[in-house]
Amino acid sequence: MSAIAARTRIPVRSRTPDPVTQSRVFRSEWIKLWSLRSTRWSLSLGLLGLLLGIPNAAFDMSRWYSLPLQTRLHYKSVDNALIGWHFSELAIGVLGVLVISGEYSTGMIRSTFMAVPRRLPVLWAKVVGFALVVLVLSIPLTFIDFFGSSAVMAQHHVNPSLSTPGALRAVLGIPLFLTVLAVFAVGLGALLRNTAAGIGTFAGIIFVIPGFVGVLSTSLKNAINPYLPSNAASAFFTVTRDPADHLLHPWVGFAVFCGYAAVLLAAAAVLLVRRDV
Amino acid sequence: MIEVQNLTKRYGERVAVEDLSFVVEPGVVTGFLGPNGAGKSTTMRLILGLDAPSSGTALVGGRAYHEIPDPLREIGAMLEAHAIHTGRSARNHLRALAATHGIGDARVEEVIDLVGLGQVANKRVGTFSLGMGQRLGIASSLLGDPLTVVLDEPVNGLDPEGIRWVRELLRGLAAEGKTVFLSSHMMSEMALIAERLVVIGKGRLIADTSVEEFVEKASAGAPVQVRSPRAEDLRAALERMRADVDSVGDGELLVRGSTPGQIGDLAAELGIPLHGLTPQHISLEDAFMQITRTSVEFHTGSEKPELKVVA
Repeated sequence: MSAIAARTRIPVRSRTPDPVTQSRVFRSEWIKLWSLRSTRWSLSLGLLGLLLGIPNAAFDMSRWYSLPLQTRLHYKSVDNALIGWHFSELAIGVLGVLVISGEYSTGMIRSTFMAVPRRLPVLWAKVVGFALVVLVLSIPLTFIDFFGSSAVMAQHHVNPSLSTPGALRAVLGIPLFLTVLAVFAVGLGALLRNTAAGIGTFAGIIFVIPGFVGVLSTSLKNAINPYLPSNAASAFFTVTRDPADHLLHPWVGFAVFCGYAAVLLAAAAVLLVRRDV
Repeated sequence: MIEVQNLTKRYGERVAVEDLSFVVEPGVVTGFLGPNGAGKSTTMRLILGLDAPSSGTALVGGRAYHEIPDPLREIGAMLEAHAIHTGRSARNHLRALAATHGIGDARVEEVIDLVGLGQVANKRVGTFSLGMGQRLGIASSLLGDPLTVVLDEPVNGLDPEGIRWVRELLRGLAAEGKTVFLSSHMMSEMALIAERLVVIGKGRLIADTSVEEFVEKASAGAPVQVRSPRAEDLRAALERMRADVDSVGDGELLVRGSTPGQIGDLAAELGIPLHGLTPQHISLEDAFMQITRTSVEFHTGSEKPELKVVA
């Protein structure tokens, strides 16, 4: 074919746009979330970890009389019943990072952004989808754990109820904390775009930094400690509070933790649009 | 249609694409050629809105990629490095992409059948062979039945049957009036599929032309095969005119540096009979090597381009 003929334009059919919408992107992310075996497993295991309060209570009850008298007199029935959040915290943090870093490591992010070139709807859909799953599943699991543990603790009459001061806040607070933590982790993953860096940073923030702060001088430690993400969060749902910990007021603690998640997510959103992939 | 205008992309100090301008028209298959590191993939990423240009524009159907409300219906793409999560099944991968555009499961099944992945659609992509991955990539690019299709190395890893299938598929798309833009380092394949070529080297445009023109231009310095009963006399005369002559067998010469016209005229002048005068055609691959090597960017100064002759 000659160059002239090749340049002849063939009319292309006109088309009516059928745009990408936030709800369509949400649906897409929903399919993605549930179509990975690793997600299903780690999410299930992570959230089932919330039930660990029950065996923990059973263990305490079985050795009740060998526990120190002070422990028995001031038994932290609510906190002990809900102790499983430590496990879920780690699982949700790791999974939240993976929800987005996994796309970068496999190259899937390019397919994703080619389909949704404005990119932000993807971040919102991932955050909302994952956080919603965490919220919806963790509420019933926390209640089941609470009542299960309470039933076990009844044998030594230290069982808490929802009317125990602070109990309802804790039972609802843990799912809320895990939900915001899900946002925090997805934001971190989107910001760092790398699984190892994301999980490492998450573990650093939650588990390592508190240890470093612990060795600072008392005044410095007391000034910083309450504002660390992990401590601000636990101030929200810890019922038995040790004055030496200088925990924030529960709702202030929760607000501070939400602030961290919001800042991370905002930074991730700004960079998501700007960076090349 | 893809319109690239004065496109430049710098990564820090390194210039990946520099002042690149070309147009990919609908209705034909356009090949995108360039040595490794020439900036082909960068150019494709710029067109697809994955990287932001340092300056210049890349428009698809008259709009920048991120301004297209439904990009998968406008342009479908497959990038060389598979942009697919290995833990997901082929079907779920396609369903997730389709969902962003409200494309139904019926179309997902259609493209799965079209690329012949029906048997393995529920298997995890991580278990796929290179060829199956390519087919899935092509399926993704066709999901939205787009007006433009961009494929980076589509025949990589395909068996001969698969290669022929891709060739026919792309020709069919072009015949429907779609814009088809593909890169390949398999020059013989490109010669069979593409009608037009965009050739780049070191991020700059080297040629934007038809395959024929490209080969013709590169063939300008190609040898002429001459047969004559008085070959030795002709050889002496040609060498006096500073042509480069090789004897290839009895009564046959291979002449470089003279056109068939010049050789014929000289023979007539000297009364030397000619039994054959055949300009040699070179393959697209040779043309590509010739043009990229002789373009300033690629001149290494080491050796004179050696042309492999295809009779």
